Amino acid sequence: MIRFLTHRVGFGAGVLLVLSAFVFFLFFVAPGDPARMIAGDKATESQLQQIRKNLGVDRPIVVQYGAFMQKALSGDLGFSYRNQQPVAPIILRRIPVTLSLVLGGALLWLSIGVPIGIMSARHVGSLRDRLGQAFILIGLSFPTFVLGMMSLYLLYFLPKQAGFTLFPAGGYKALSSNPVIWAWHLALPWTTLALTMAAIYARLTRGQMLDVMGEDYIRTARAKGLTERRVVWKHGMRAALTPLVTQLGADIALLLGGVIVIEQVYGLQGVGALAVQAVANQDRPIIIGVVLLGGVFIVIANIVVDLLYVLLDPRVR
Amino acid sequence: MAILEAKGLTVDIPTEDGTVHAVRNVSFSIRPGSLFGIAGESGSGKSVLTQAVMGLLPNADIGGEVWFEGRNLIGLPQEEMRRLRGGRIGMIFQDPLSSLHPFYTIGAQIAEVLHAHEKISPADARERVVEMLGKVGIPSPAERYDDYPHQFSGGMRQRVMIAMALILKPALIIADEPTTALDVTVQAQIVALLDAMRRDFGTTVILITHDLGLLSSVADDVMVMYAGHRLEYGRAADVFRAPAHPYTAGLLRSTPASYRPGTELAPVSGRPPSLLATPTGCIFAPRCAEALPRCSSEPPPLRRFSDDVESLCWLEDGASAARPAAAAAVAAKAIKPELVAEVEDVRLTYHVGSFFGPKRALDVLKGINLTIGRGETVGLVGESGCGKSTLARIVAGLVPATSGHVRVLGRDMSTLDARQWRDMRREVQLVFQDPFGSLNPRRRVGAIIGDPFRLHGLASGEERREKVRHLMERVGLNPEHYNRFPAEFSGGQRQRIGIARALALNPALIICDEPVSALDVSIQAQVLNLLRELQRDLGLTYLFISHDLSVVRHVCDRIAVMQGGRIVEMETAERLFADPQHDYTKTLLSASKTLPAFEEGGRRSLIETRVAS
Repeated sequence: MIRFLTHRVGFGAGVLLVLSAFVFFLFFVAPGDPARMIAGDKATESQLQQIRKNLGVDRPIVVQYGAFMQKALSGDLGFSYRNQQPVAPIILRRIPVTLSLVLGGALLWLSIGVPIGIMSARHVGSLRDRLGQAFILIGLSFPTFVLGMMSLYLLYFLPKQAGFTLFPAGGYKALSSNPVIWAWHLALPWTTLALTMAAIYARLTRGQMLDVMGEDYIRTARAKGLTERRVVWKHGMRAALTPLVTQLGADIALLLGGVIVIEQVYGLQGVGALAVQAVANQDRPIIIGVVLLGGVFIVIANIVVDLLYVLLDPRVR
Repeated sequence: MAILEAKGLTVDIPTEDGTVHAVRNVSFSIRPGSLFGIAGESGSGKSVLTQAVMGLLPNADIGGEVWFEGRNLIGLPQEEMRRLRGGRIGMIFQDPLSSLHPFYTIGAQIAEVLHAHEKISPADARERVVEMLGKVGIPSPAERYDDYPHQFSGGMRQRVMIAMALILKPALIIADEPTTALDVTVQAQIVALLDAMRRDFGTTVILITHDLGLLSSVADDVMVMYAGHRLEYGRAADVFRAPAHPYTAGLLRSTPASYRPGTELAPVSGRPPSLLATPTGCIFAPRCAEALPRCSSEPPPLRRFSDDVESLCWLEDGASAARPAAAAAVAAKAIKPELVAEVEDVRLTYHVGSFFGPKRALDVLKGINLTIGRGETVGLVGESGCGKSTLARIVAGLVPATSGHVRVLGRDMSTLDARQWRDMRREVQLVFQDPFGSLNPRRRVGAIIGDPFRLHGLASGEERREKVRHLMERVGLNPEHYNRFPAEFSGGQRQRIGIARALALNPALIICDEPVSALDVSIQAQVLNLLRELQRDLGLTYLFISHDLSVVRHVCDRIAVMQGGRIVEMETAERLFADPQHDYTKTLLSASKTLPAFEEGGRRSLIETRVAS
């Protein structure tokens, strides 16, 4: 167990190291000059030289990377090119927004997707299955921004025109100040995120349940005289859970790295919005910080999923 | 008064290809406290019948009546049916590993039955489960209550299943192939346990199996099914002594368990019919050796004989007891002293580690010595986990041994370089157990059989085609099926494909790893006879691996009995059976069931004929 953990953490650190180097060198070879971005079109070459010197980008790439890594290990990710503020706090400030969006959304998409998947699988070929399948198809094929615009129109704009505010158009209110206001503001982003993701989980659940419900031990459960409800939820779901958890871990980690479209549509100042701004500004330190944050989430999620796996399946213990 | 009585039971299952008529007009009645056997091959409808009756096939279209404790089970409301399941009728299934939920402890799974049918506190439930586990022979049941299914052996798992089925003392237990997935010595224990439990609890048992030897030793009454029809029905003793239906007779003849030295098995020719079509005459007529002209055009009547045996057949006197002419004596073959393979003190050790624990060494083979002479068939017999398949892989050069030498045609397998190893693949070929899993479903049969020629660059184009066609003919396949896919063939035919592929390069040694274990009895005999015929004609050498002693006896010259990674006894086939030396060999021999010999008919007379309606 300890051996497993140290092994996985070490491996994760290796992944992050490779990732940081990759992003760092990628921006080095990419076109664009940060000094030009900061100084504007009218700057003279000597001014640009001075800015490059201040930023430290006049040194050889390997030296730059070495200096970056040295500081990064102590938690210092450098300063934003844009406003000269330290990168780490800028990113950390954004995390609660994205975390609220993703975790709340996950809860919602599981409570929509899983029951639809189970219903589809239990009545395979029936009208209910076809309705479930239609839901999956629509959810998968609708672009997120269209769904976002539609919910904005239906749930914000139309009520507003009628003279009342059903849901706010976006913005983020801290959970610590008032949970109800927090949830109210996030309701539309959650719904949009959940609708797209629920389709994926409905499909996954349906496939898993179709497999599991054909297993011999499900027949045994029925032969024992259990109610169908218990057969499905206790025996069926328990066995279908493992792949769902794996997928959930990967998805949450991926989204925590930035939910770009939804944060843009609802004006949420999350990690995804930050990434978009940083790319537009060629703000390399921020971009590298955001990418590394995403990497950290994925590494952690993988370790957590592996541990859950052991917890869920007595056979691998 | 019967405990369960079926009248005109019909089960139709709608599928994409059409309606499968799985059970057609089957009637039977089961005496309380008796052991009722249902015999049949795969696709005979024996499992579908009971599952349909129990309401476990929600899509099936079920007709007829099945009376149990004063109620007709067909059309019974879901909730009432649920209360009967587990409460009044317990079920035991074939594979105890897949039939137990892998994620719950066995104790919790058994206790669940109690909670589903009674109001009972968790502590009381636990106490009753522990008591029941003790009764079915689980050692220290209180400690094992919290163990998971994978922590038990196959036999112990089946005991858990039996405990689960018996915990509410149901009036009836349906055991569907309860011993098929188990080792032969464990099979005997499970059957003995079932028999003891039925006497202790006064439970009636329906035993569904393809194993006629097993049925003949325990069943009171027996029903023989074929393609959904009940072909024969009566007291087990009468049916097995003198089968009235030609199908039952054919099955008994083709069972390796009824082997007599020096004879070939008499297979039932052909293959089982499709269940989609409705035959005009007798369903068995196309495969029947005693078919009359009218058999294929008119549905057979039900004949009842003086000993209450019933047969769905046109024959008025029942099936003939004589063995067909095909069972002629086999000439003794000459085994040349030249060695094809030589195994010398081969050992194999695996290092295994669990998730939390440290690594440990696992000795799979502990010093094996074996020789195989040209033209000889050497059998490797043993229960699962004894190392017989591993040994086969080492002989084939697919797995390197930890120590020791394997020489094939005088060359040491461990010293071969890549090119020599490739050449050696021509000399050693394998035939695998699972004819469904071992053929690529997306490749045509001609391509599969032609692979050896292609891979070794020996023949191409029309020449390869010609050779493949010849091979197909050789193993009894229709060469016109060259372009078909494996899915279009039955299990027995697929095994022929595997044999043809193995034969292609005329290898010095063919290793058959459980080649007939996945096949039905009547098909088994066809494949076994083919293997013998090929050996006689082509002078092949076989290493034949099986868990089934009677199969091995039928084809092998010498038999090596393996236990725990060692060969405990090695003897010529007849000597081994006549005079086993090692205790383990004796256990194996006594555990495998032999069938009573046929009696010449004549004591039976026809007393009633009911014309098919």
